[in-house]
Amino acid sequence: MATFVDRYPDEAAVVKACLTVSFTALAIGAFFGLVQALHRTDYFRFISSVDYYTVLTGHGVLLALVFTIFFLVGLFTWAVVQSLERPMPDIRLTWAWFGLTTTGAVFAAVAILAGLIPSIDMSADVLYTFYAPLQAHPLFYIGLAMFIVGTWLAGADWFLAYRDWRGDNPDERIPLQTFMVLTTMLMWYLSTLGVAVSVVVFLIPWSFGLVETVNPLLTRTLFWYFGHPVVYFWLMPAYLMWYTVLPKLAGGRLFSDPLARVVFVLFLLLSTPVGIHHQYLDPGIAEGFKFIAMTNTMFLLLPSLLTAFTVVASVEHGARQRGGKGYIKWLGALPWRDPAFTGMALAGAMFAAGGFSGMINAGMNINYLIHNTLWVPGHFHLTVGTAVALTMMAGSYWLVPQLTGKRLYSRPIGLLQVVMWFVGMVFMSNAMHRAGLVGIPRRTAEPQYQSFDFNAVIGTVGELQAQIALGGTLLFLSVVLFVFNILLSAIEDPIENPVDDSLPAPLSGASGSPRVLDDLRLWTAIAVVLVILAYTLPLASIVGDAGWFGNVPGVPVWVSANVEALGDLLREVVA
Amino acid sequence: MEIHAYEKLWLGAALLLIVGFIATVSYGAIGAGVEMIDDEGGTVDPQALDEHPQFSEPGVYQSGPNEYEVYVIARQFAFQPGTGEPIRVPADSTVTFHVTSADVIHGFEVVGTNANTMAVPGQISTFTVEVEGPKEYGLLCNEYCGSAHHAMEGTMKVVPEDEFNASATAGGA
Repeated sequence: MATFVDRYPDEAAVVKACLTVSFTALAIGAFFGLVQALHRTDYFRFISSVDYYTVLTGHGVLLALVFTIFFLVGLFTWAVVQSLERPMPDIRLTWAWFGLTTTGAVFAAVAILAGLIPSIDMSADVLYTFYAPLQAHPLFYIGLAMFIVGTWLAGADWFLAYRDWRGDNPDERIPLQTFMVLTTMLMWYLSTLGVAVSVVVFLIPWSFGLVETVNPLLTRTLFWYFGHPVVYFWLMPAYLMWYTVLPKLAGGRLFSDPLARVVFVLFLLLSTPVGIHHQYLDPGIAEGFKFIAMTNTMFLLLPSLLTAFTVVASVEHGARQRGGKGYIKWLGALPWRDPAFTGMALAGAMFAAGGFSGMINAGMNINYLIHNTLWVPGHFHLTVGTAVALTMMAGSYWLVPQLTGKRLYSRPIGLLQVVMWFVGMVFMSNAMHRAGLVGIPRRTAEPQYQSFDFNAVIGTVGELQAQIALGGTLLFLSVVLFVFNILLSAIEDPIENPVDDSLPAPLSGASGSPRVLDDLRLWTAIAVVLVILAYTLPLASIVGDAGWFGNVPGVPVWVSANVEALGDLLREVVA
Repeated sequence: MEIHAYEKLWLGAALLLIVGFIATVSYGAIGAGVEMIDDEGGTVDPQALDEHPQFSEPGVYQSGPNEYEVYVIARQFAFQPGTGEPIRVPADSTVTFHVTSADVIHGFEVVGTNANTMAVPGQISTFTVEVEGPKEYGLLCNEYCGSAHHAMEGTMKVVPEDEFNASATAGGA
């Protein structure tokens, strides 16, 4: 049977374009990661500690937003088309959102990278979180806004495809992959409202000088209103692959379709009303609201724990289909030579470890000890940096041949690559967690301070630095291998059936689940109510303290005469 | 909906774990008295800190027997007090910190302890810690605050009680 590119050549072209942007961002972002790992551990320095923050901003934005989300929009387009078994309703709309998201990403990247070139009067080293009143160049905020609107249009495109399908299939259950895409996008619409309001209403006018002041706690809270759900936005494509692709690679099929739906509904309900857990140590937010965010966060463990069960059960089923026996010995029957399988399986294992350190972060009171220390990047390099990124890279070894009709250039290199990522992350992330416990901060360019030393509880701080530098180097080399393997695959000759792209039906199918699970309106309404409960009062109190536009002037990380002139022009237009 | 036997068991164990976590945090807040930084510190005009009764002269104030109030301003790229001169508090006392920022968002972390807060312009972070025997602690900003963020540091000295009385000036540090 023909593969995806033969059946849907137009859609395959868009997905390929998405992955191209995604992997380009990955390559640049990974290089920045290497620069950071060597700079802040003092092993090799060729930039100034001031430029470190430009590199750090680039690393965060290019990897956490551009790499992950472009992979997501590509994967989701593939998933909708192949699970609804029909092309996109209007491919021009599909290209339009691709164009808008890409332009936005390029704008933000230009604003950041210009910071490295002194002759260009532009910079945006405000880090991934862009907390006001540190002020970036307007192009950075405009790029972010365009990027987000682009993802909204992508979601609209998938909903239109679903509506067309529903017209022809009024009584069928939503195909699982499309169900996952739609619930994820509903969560995304709900959660990006916060960052969109922050950027469009407050930060863009303020960066042009149209309003003088900002309310830092308000924009920070609106950021985290989006900043935690975005974590699940990264994670959902990985979940989609763990549920629908990994069991097949293991030699079996998904264990339970209904439970997979329950998990995605839980993410829709609980992802957004938790952002305040990033603000446990913020003044101006009452303890009660922090407690609500904490309980919601803890209940958000449930879908991940359910996923651990279902995915492991599905993989075990696959192993037994392949002749695996015993309580533990079945693990040996799995296809460990397949980089797509091994990469995803290792990613899942690291996600379990990241889940445990995440429980510490979520614990309102023990959070005091690790807040803003290296523990935090240690944690999210396990979740987004491994569970998500490694699943995306490993999944590409299976996905890309369907989009190109060409075989993967080298499976052994792929295998080396995913194992190298795993090993690199074991070194880097465990050292970061331990460094955080002794109080070493995150987001700083220097390994030590003038007037005090850090005391490692076990081992030495020097050993922790060495592990971070070694791990960072292995991770960078792993990305180099990945990018070359994909590039070389792209110039292979097309072959018949480059990969087995069929997905078997689940053991327990959708028919066994209650129909109410497919009632997206109901779940969206409940999600909105939960958000209103969690956010109305704290936001009202923050606005009550300092007003919508606050009383804190901007502190530019960029200086420009041109932008002031542009601001004057805009003021005239508005007046 | 069909839920398999092992799935039910796992679901029950997962819910138990979650409820257990919430219970330990609740116990920490109510039983052990670990209070969160909240909105009790109130607000302040970050552009008029020099008119504030305490932040105009940040430092250590005695507020009762063995009880002290410490007012700290974080600004690019120093703590006042903390950087130019150490924060000095007497051993075996109860110390309440009031931390604010004069410009951007900073962090205030006493290294290796759970004395840790964000310093947000316009807001005052208030939290109370029990300090023990004499010891010197590092102090650092743990939120990126601009080009020299990595240089923003200080010290906090817990000194013997008699030494504190000898060195502290009235009303300040």
